[in-house]
Amino acid sequence: MRSRPKLDLRAKKHSSYFAYASHRLSGLLLACFIPLHFFVLSQSLRGASGFERYLELTDFWVFTVGEWGLVILLAIHLAGGTRLLMIEFGPWRGLRKAWTQATVLFGMACGILFLYLAN
Amino acid sequence: MGQVMSQGVLQAKLWYAQRISAMVLGLCVSIHLVIIFYAIRGGLSAEEILGRTQGNIAFALFYEIFVLACFVHAPIGLANILQENFSKGFISQGLSWLLAALILILGSTAVIGVYSGGNI
Amino acid sequence: MSNTVLKVTVWRGAQEGEFVEYLVPRNPNQTVLDVVTYIQRKLDPTLSYRFACRVGMCGSCAMTVDGVARWTCRTHVSQIVKGDSLEIAPLNNLPVIKDLATDMREFFNKWKGAVGFFKGDKSRYDDFVKVEPQSTERKLADAGIECIGCAVCYASCEVVASRPNYLGPAALNRAWTLTNDVRDVQQLDRLRAVAGDEGCHACHSHGSCTERCPKKLEPTAGISGLKKLVARAAVRGSKWGKL
Repeated sequence: MRSRPKLDLRAKKHSSYFAYASHRLSGLLLACFIPLHFFVLSQSLRGASGFERYLELTDFWVFTVGEWGLVILLAIHLAGGTRLLMIEFGPWRGLRKAWTQATVLFGMACGILFLYLAN
Repeated sequence: MGQVMSQGVLQAKLWYAQRISAMVLGLCVSIHLVIIFYAIRGGLSAEEILGRTQGNIAFALFYEIFVLACFVHAPIGLANILQENFSKGFISQGLSWLLAALILILGSTAVIGVYSGGNI
Repeated sequence: MSNTVLKVTVWRGAQEGEFVEYLVPRNPNQTVLDVVTYIQRKLDPTLSYRFACRVGMCGSCAMTVDGVARWTCRTHVSQIVKGDSLEIAPLNNLPVIKDLATDMREFFNKWKGAVGFFKGDKSRYDDFVKVEPQSTERKLADAGIECIGCAVCYASCEVVASRPNYLGPAALNRAWTLTNDVRDVQQLDRLRAVAGDEGCHACHSHGSCTERCPKKLEPTAGISGLKKLVARAAVRGSKWGKL
């Protein structure tokens, strides 16, 4: 005997739900990161040398990987969010599946660009 | 009925605020991404950052608008996630307000910091 | 295509129960409804399920097939079968009465709750209201009025699953079509009904409703329309009054 079945992943395997899930997850992770980001930047109040000491801490490779991840999250959240604004405020053209594809590509492009430009 | 309706008005206004701040952020984030890619070439040092931002009122205004848009957008998003996955109680509301305070205070401090470069 | 037998697991019980496996002979033009009917007529007469027209017009046969809400009379086994197995369960988000039959009352109560019904102020002694078919409002209403209340969208919606009082895509879609009916006189009541914690703003545009609607309706569109209307009414007031 068990409980009746509920909505599971099989019901959510479509592109629009994927777009929603990546937008929500990227937003949540960015929201966790932002206060830390602002804190580090506010160390600029200590002047260039004080600021530099804090920035040096982030030279550790873990932080560079984190920065790479965050740039990708930002790109995904931006593109996914623009898709939502198109759905809610733009002329109705369905669930904007092309936008979802564009979001994935844009995220990848930003990730690659970061790797190419960063030290 | 009055209380039900004020809930309705509140939800509607929160939705509006989040979408309007999203539009502002769409612009700000696009510009910020360009700045990020421009700035990380050849590494990033405090002097480089401050060299661009110190005394630059345009940068300061841009980033303060950015901070204010985040201050509206992120806590509403967080509140939705918490309320849907946990309960509607104090913890959900409290954490959202905490995030809002952190963003506003730390964010504005950061803007003042990079604008002044420590010379207040 | 050498398998001649389908292994069909079917939910038996109510809110508590179990999946029971049946072996059903496979035919080339079989629908999932054919499979359920075979089980009930030949294997286990105690199986409870609903159907009526069996030609894709009434929506009564909606069930969860391999996790996805569908009209079973319009779902060919050959299109969705995985190997030789099939899983059939009642619609999600609705209480189970028995086996594959769900209690649709909350679905229709929410329809009423969203003021999803028409009320005019003309009588038979008045002249007809002239509604221009190509007007913006009529086209918006027409896009959504073919709904037959099958609850596939409702059963597919994660917000319904996580917020028990959320009105749901069908009720909100109907409310939207009536918002665009220039003859209706309850517009302010309707706006108030679809605002609030469990109203249109709870929708996150997952799009499962639009993805699964067997009539290709788009509740996401109607709900987006309601979101804008209600938000504007909350801030600036609407043409029918302030929220």
